[in-house]
Amino acid sequence: MVRSVSNHVARSILSCDTPQPEHDLRTRMLLVVEQFLNGLQFGLLLFLLAAGLTLVFGIMDLVNLAHGSLYMMGAYFAATFVAWTGNFLLGAVLALAATLLLGIVLEFTTLRHLYGRDHLDHVLATFGLILFFNEAVRLIWGPAGLALPLPAWLTVPVAILPGIYYPAYRLAIIVVALVVALLLYLGVMRTRVGMLIRAGASNREMIGALGINIKLLYTLVFGLGAALAGLAGLMQAPILTVQIGMGENILILAFVIIVIGGIGSIRGAFLAAIFVGIIDTMGRAFLPNLLRQMLSSAAASTAAPALSSMLIYLVMAIVLVVRPEGLFPANRRFIRKRAATCSY
Amino acid sequence: MFVLTLFTRIVILVLAAASLNLIMGYGGMMSFGHAAYLGIGGYAVGILAQEGFGSGFLQFPVALAASAIYALVIGALSLRTRGVYFIMITLAFAQMAYYVASGLARYGGDDGLTVYKRSDFGGLINLSNRTQFYYLCLACLLGVVFLIWRIVNSRFGMVVQGLRSNEQRMQAIGFPAKRYKLVCFVISGTLCGLAGALLANNTDFVSPAVMYWTRSGDLMVMVILGGMGVLFGPVVGAVAYLLLEELLSQVTEYWALIMGPLLLLVVLFGRGGIMGLLGRLNRG
Repeated sequence: MVRSVSNHVARSILSCDTPQPEHDLRTRMLLVVEQFLNGLQFGLLLFLLAAGLTLVFGIMDLVNLAHGSLYMMGAYFAATFVAWTGNFLLGAVLALAATLLLGIVLEFTTLRHLYGRDHLDHVLATFGLILFFNEAVRLIWGPAGLALPLPAWLTVPVAILPGIYYPAYRLAIIVVALVVALLLYLGVMRTRVGMLIRAGASNREMIGALGINIKLLYTLVFGLGAALAGLAGLMQAPILTVQIGMGENILILAFVIIVIGGIGSIRGAFLAAIFVGIIDTMGRAFLPNLLRQMLSSAAASTAAPALSSMLIYLVMAIVLVVRPEGLFPANRRFIRKRAATCSY
Repeated sequence: MFVLTLFTRIVILVLAAASLNLIMGYGGMMSFGHAAYLGIGGYAVGILAQEGFGSGFLQFPVALAASAIYALVIGALSLRTRGVYFIMITLAFAQMAYYVASGLARYGGDDGLTVYKRSDFGGLINLSNRTQFYYLCLACLLGVVFLIWRIVNSRFGMVVQGLRSNEQRMQAIGFPAKRYKLVCFVISGTLCGLAGALLANNTDFVSPAVMYWTRSGDLMVMVILGGMGVLFGPVVGAVAYLLLEELLSQVTEYWALIMGPLLLLVVLFGRGGIMGLLGRLNRG
């Protein structure tokens, strides 16, 4: 019923590129490189999602379960606008703008009233929003999934190294996500708004007291997070079917990432996202074969799918045992102080 | 007939919500993975039934023990964290359980497992008789609520509630905070495992979907809707939630379109849930 996103990714790649037995080391190396790139691409997409989540949590202290819904809306907007305009890029830009707008409206109408409330209230309220969005999508677009076809110029394979081909679209995802990550980094570290965002993350009351329009800043940050989620959704859309509930599976992965990376830390989210993307994709691709060499074939085919989907959760459990605050906590002193004053 | 099945389902889910209330309301541990126990209890019954062990005297203890062991492991790891990390790690572990169940090819995998024969309690009680089964569930629920009442008012329960309000202070007095919380977590998980075993008998079916994270969300909503840390809060909350769901789904196919905003309104304006609201009305 519900499948993890990368499962499709790994499977679609494997089916078109199954290594023949007589193939040598080179073919196997090719497969490893390809899966590595797939993992990187998936990880970067996860980063776009996790960055918004971690920003919103770090600055507004808001747990937003509906972040996955914004990802889903991005994909649905893209499918609609691309079909409407007939132009992939134009449709994508419109979808991005629509998600940004939706995020701002959402913040303005509901989420704004949740700041400063208990985390449990956030969970409950945004859970309600998920129900609402899923049902609204079913009402507007129907229960069946949509497909977002790629333009011809994005479907050709590109030679990344002599003799190694990789789909242009996946390469484009990697490039776009890296550029966005870089812009995000520069924006947060080098601009005045970024400075305010960082100041807001470390002490909200103080920057309000210094005369900064904190409400506007919050709306801006939430809109940014929504746009990032929408971007991830619309870029993932051509690879998968656009369907209801697509945001929920990937949202959990984003949660795992921000827990591993340390809540509130963009750098942590970036590293953890790439790590999770690669572990997940490579695990799904190579764990079955690996197990088959160690166990009997029947036992391996039972254990492999379960184990490969468990892999990242196991990694998260290990990280939490070793470093309960995540690998790169945003500001150790601050988090510890807040943890001490938390009532639960 | 339909009403009886519906009410059996409600009673079972009330049981699950009551077990969640023990850790969430009294213990202050916001578990977002409570549906995992529903699945574990259910799969214990389903798998044993498929392997030819039809006796309820075996199935139910195994279901409880499996839930307790899972809760012990998960709790020992999760309780190292707090706050929003705890919410997320319990969520992630429940998802892990969900994927494990989806990978159980021998037991139906994604499609789930049909329980062809309900738990056999010899001549004691016949679970296939809907009325008898309903009263069994009701008796379990009353027993569990009574148990939780006793726990909450015992020395142990006082310590756990003390930990909720101020963990540092309790530790300073000399209580081993983590051990108390872990025991509470395990008790709650075990009770929810009982609900899972009953649920599998009620639907004659168990699938990974009962462990999906939205189900954990449902349970949380029931507890919060009724009022956290109030003995009968989850009872009121779960009955209200499930009846509302049933009613709305008869009015329109798109019932969640109304349910979602309704939850939002409850959070924004109805602090303390339904029980809190009743309390305020009483006080005028």
